[in-house]
Amino acid sequence: MEEVVAERSNLGGVRHILLVLSGKGGVGKSTISTELALSLRHSGKKVGILDVDLCGPSIPRMFKVQDNDVHQCDAGWVPVFVDQEKSISLMSIGFLLEKPDDAVVWRGPKKNALIKQFVADVAWGELDFLIVDTPPGTSDEHISTVEALRPYKPLGAILVTTPQAVSVGDVRRELTFCKKTGLRVLGIVENMSGFVCPHCSECTNIFSKGGGEELAKHAGVPFLGSVPLDPQLSQSLEEGRDFIQEFPKSSAFPALTRIAQQILDGALQRSS
Amino acid sequence: MNLKMFLKEHRQKKPRVFQDACKISCTMKCETRREKQGSQMRAWCHSSCVCPDDSTDINHDAADIFVEEIFREELRRELTLNCPGTSSAQAGRAAACQGCPNQKLCAAGAAATDPAEAAELRERLRGVKHIVVVLSGKGGVGKSTFSALLAHGLAADESKQVALLDIDICGPSIPKMMGLEGEQVHQSGSGWSPVYVEENLGVMSVGFLLSSPDDAVIWRGPKKNGLIKQFLRDVDWGEVDYLIVDTPPGTSDEHLSIVQYLSASNIDGAVIITTPQEVSLQDVRKEINFCHKVKLPIIGVVENMSGFVCPNCKKESQIFPPTTGGAEKMCQNLNVSLLGKVPLDPQIGKSCDKGQSFLSEVPESPATSSYRNIIQRVQEYCDQHHFQEEKII
Ligand SMILES: Nc1ncnc2c1ncn2[C@@H]1O[C@H](COP(=O)(O)OP(=O)(O)OP(=O)(O)O)[C@@H](O)[C@H]1O
Ligand SMILES: Nc1ncnc2c1ncn2[C@@H]1O[C@H](COP(=O)(O)OP(=O)(O)O)[C@@H](O)[C@H]1O
Ligand SMILES: [Mg+2]
Ligand SMILES: [Mg+2]
Ligand SMILES: [Zn+2]
Ligand SMILES: [Zn+2]
Repeated sequence: MEEVVAERSNLGGVRHILLVLSGKGGVGKSTISTELALSLRHSGKKVGILDVDLCGPSIPRMFKVQDNDVHQCDAGWVPVFVDQEKSISLMSIGFLLEKPDDAVVWRGPKKNALIKQFVADVAWGELDFLIVDTPPGTSDEHISTVEALRPYKPLGAILVTTPQAVSVGDVRRELTFCKKTGLRVLGIVENMSGFVCPHCSECTNIFSKGGGEELAKHAGVPFLGSVPLDPQLSQSLEEGRDFIQEFPKSSAFPALTRIAQQILDGALQRSS
Repeated sequence: MNLKMFLKEHRQKKPRVFQDACKISCTMKCETRREKQGSQMRAWCHSSCVCPDDSTDINHDAADIFVEEIFREELRRELTLNCPGTSSAQAGRAAACQGCPNQKLCAAGAAATDPAEAAELRERLRGVKHIVVVLSGKGGVGKSTFSALLAHGLAADESKQVALLDIDICGPSIPKMMGLEGEQVHQSGSGWSPVYVEENLGVMSVGFLLSSPDDAVIWRGPKKNGLIKQFLRDVDWGEVDYLIVDTPPGTSDEHLSIVQYLSASNIDGAVIITTPQEVSLQDVRKEINFCHKVKLPIIGVVENMSGFVCPNCKKESQIFPPTTGGAEKMCQNLNVSLLGKVPLDPQIGKSCDKGQSFLSEVPESPATSSYRNIIQRVQEYCDQHHFQEEKII
């Protein structure tokens, strides 16, 4: 009984929860989670990211805080803050590992246990948005996360895909997952669509183009935009820099800020 | 054969030894309960039964919660006390294990396979000469692409029989990449038969068991493990020179299970795929540690999507920049071999989407020759491996 109360209080100050999902790996879930958090901060919001990718956590490195530790306080685990103002806070298994290369060789039940702990025991404090970054697929982590968050009525899920059919196919299955678990789909993002050569400005569709938009139309869910392949974006993520602050002229910037704007509008609509 | 039938079949098989221990209707829970009564913690290591409901596993929390309670404790130990975990070779032997109530159990090898089960699988796979597992900690790096091309490449020699097994249960890409979407698995007297691309190239994937491309397999671990075991035990693979296993990203149920189930059948080794950037390498290092942990030999690493040459101006861009030295540096540091680098080539994605072999679609390109070299190195490694084994016998 006590636990239930504690759960309430730890996520009680969080206004909106959204999940970033994809059936496919490497399509940019963590990238979109990171840039969305940065964009929302830019709009003056307080944001948390919960990284439930237990075997391949990317979030700590994308914010260059991979050497930080999680501390305990009375209310639970203290998330890792990215900046002095504490405008972005993170929780990831990456902060709990002794050595960064340690493999988390866990079967489902153990992963589920940690996810429940993450949902119940992290002292987020007051947040406008909590973004949940997930591993690819429709398995233990996803079921457990959705289950554990259900009492807090998440705003919905953003689905990320790359344009090619192999990836779109996996995202179709993810849509079914959302339907079955009653999770609202906020929209689909097509990532890595097109690459503009920095030498000659010719655009090549390395992973083809349009698959995500087509899927959104087919499934009757909003299309949030196409983010091009942008070497400046991958470089800033490698170095843990604030892309939104530093590269407003880059090719991925407009699409990324537009996604954030649509999320803000959606949240506003729901609040009113 | 489709998923419904698979599950129905399981329902018929259900009455197992544990039945009386359980009042819940599913075998998976039975096993869990049984394990609890023996106050053991390894329910999940062995629970390979499949819930006979439908493809959605969401409501089975009653059993999960109990397993999770046990694991909270183990988790605490692992995170705070350096417990090596049940899957480690150090299980029960590390300093942190002193005084742990489960020490004896862990030391006895909680993660080991039931010997009778291993023997059964070994018998089934007797006709398989070489097994190569394709792994990566990171998603979307090209595991399935490589597995498919490795299968095509090896099968180019008509005297060789090649099998491709896709154990990515939640995101199977192999049917599409092999041009087999919509195909079904057929049942014969000797088990399920694989779907054949060519006479000497058979494929098995959960994709063949789904009735629509929108079907999601929303399964927790034990059920996935059950299906993987079934793929090994109930598929009539016949005489096979190379069995290639495509995996999902990560180091979890599927990976542990395949290594465990094949432990008696001698895996030649793993090919690990990565892309050049650190975000990907950091996961791949974990995968290499996983291989060490479970004693899976590493054939080598492939760096995929390494550089892009603009078709217009022919200049190269690093879309996924090797900011920490790429796979090359990592391989040096960890003392594993680098099998080769494959550039980003838009044609690869197109061929995959069309279900055709890139190697024969575009026989002359830097990516093709790179793939060919790598395939040859894998083949040489396997021959060598085989040779060594003969010497031991
Ligand atoms: N639009 C883009 N332009 C350039 N690089 C990108 C873009 N989107 C993502 N990337 C790069 O692609 C790689 C994979 O992205 P990311 O790690 O976010 O994928 P993911 O879906 O979270 O993968 P996983 O399933 O493994 O967690 C990263 O190195 C990232 O920097
Ligand atoms: N070298 C490459 N150049 C261009 N596209 C590639 C290359 N390697 C893989 N791809 C594409 O990248 C996508 C992801 O590859 P896939 O094999 O499905 O990854 P995984 O199995 O690791 O998730 C596929 O669409 C594939 O066609
Ligand atoms: Mg990620
Ligand atoms: Mg794959
Ligand atoms: Zn039962
Ligand atoms: Zn160019």
